[in-house]
Amino acid sequence: MNVIDLLEREQLKSDVPEFRPGDTVKVYSRVTEGGKERVQMFEGVVIVRKGGGNGESITVRRMSHGVGVEKSFLVHSPRVEKIEISKRGIVRRSRLFYLSEKIGKAARIKEKKVAR
Amino acid sequence: MNAWVRGIVTQRTGFQEGETSMKNIIGRKVGMTSVFTADGRYVPVTVIEAGPCIVLQRKTADSDGYDAVALAFGDVKKSRLTKAMAGRFKSAGVDAKKVVREFRDGIDGMEVGQAVTVESFQAGDHVDVVGISKGHGFAGGIKRHNFVGGSRTHGQMIHRQPGSNGDTNAGHTSRGSRRPGHYGVDRITHQNLEIVVADVERNVLLVRGPVPGAKNGLVIVTAALRPPSKTAAAQGAK
Repeated sequence: MNVIDLLEREQLKSDVPEFRPGDTVKVYSRVTEGGKERVQMFEGVVIVRKGGGNGESITVRRMSHGVGVEKSFLVHSPRVEKIEISKRGIVRRSRLFYLSEKIGKAARIKEKKVAR
Repeated sequence: MNAWVRGIVTQRTGFQEGETSMKNIIGRKVGMTSVFTADGRYVPVTVIEAGPCIVLQRKTADSDGYDAVALAFGDVKKSRLTKAMAGRFKSAGVDAKKVVREFRDGIDGMEVGQAVTVESFQAGDHVDVVGISKGHGFAGGIKRHNFVGGSRTHGQMIHRQPGSNGDTNAGHTSRGSRRPGHYGVDRITHQNLEIVVADVERNVLLVRGPVPGAKNGLVIVTAALRPPSKTAAAQGAK
């Protein structure tokens, strides 16, 4: 196999759960603040999932104190400790940019009932 | 590529006094990708398949007029070699290789038959990388010299033309005037590229950023001639 493919494959995480845009996830990422490192949790709706290989990224959106905050993460980055799924959503497109124009109730996403 | 397959001696002075390990290697540019570093940065890198190189010849001031080491790299069919090159490999008792290059620095203690691998490089090292740039054929001033060119619209009739050719009173074109012409296929050195990974098992170097030349092109990696000073590096880290 090509050396480049090998190098990229090596960096892929095996424990990334299956999720898609519309799902609500918790992303635990390591941040460095004032020389100290700690794990920060960011919970929100996945509005974009793009790219492949080790460069795959997601954009997560949440409302924080009435302000919409979008944050992008590299899924396979060692700084992203883990990704947890908290809700499954039903959406009909892969890029949920329309969410940023909606406020409050209109910005809700139908929840998928998952069989326990 | 043939123009520099033989006969070019690489002379650099980026080596510390008394440095023994050979920080010169010949390789092949595989292509580019991005990798995560240990501290979590996502870094663009060029993958270079480098070495193992074998010392084909040790030239000395007494016998050849100058000190150098000839390194050989790359698999080749024996039938593809000229008889002269085959003879060199045979007399050295070394397996035939595709490319031979001479190096003048960091050659203390090198002997014929010795192998040079990426082991002599470490992550964080600064290196200079030499390659032959991609050919662009006969290129205009915009591509070749970063001319701005004229407006596409607004009634202009000068679009990609080079503009003035200089002083008409001089009666001749001044030397070194930047004009359209052949662009590319030059020997280019990129200085102070950072080594991100030196993979000994796979004989692979990952160098931060782009490297001159096309994929599968020959590249030479040497210790940086003018590495950034330590104080500058410390400031950059802050």
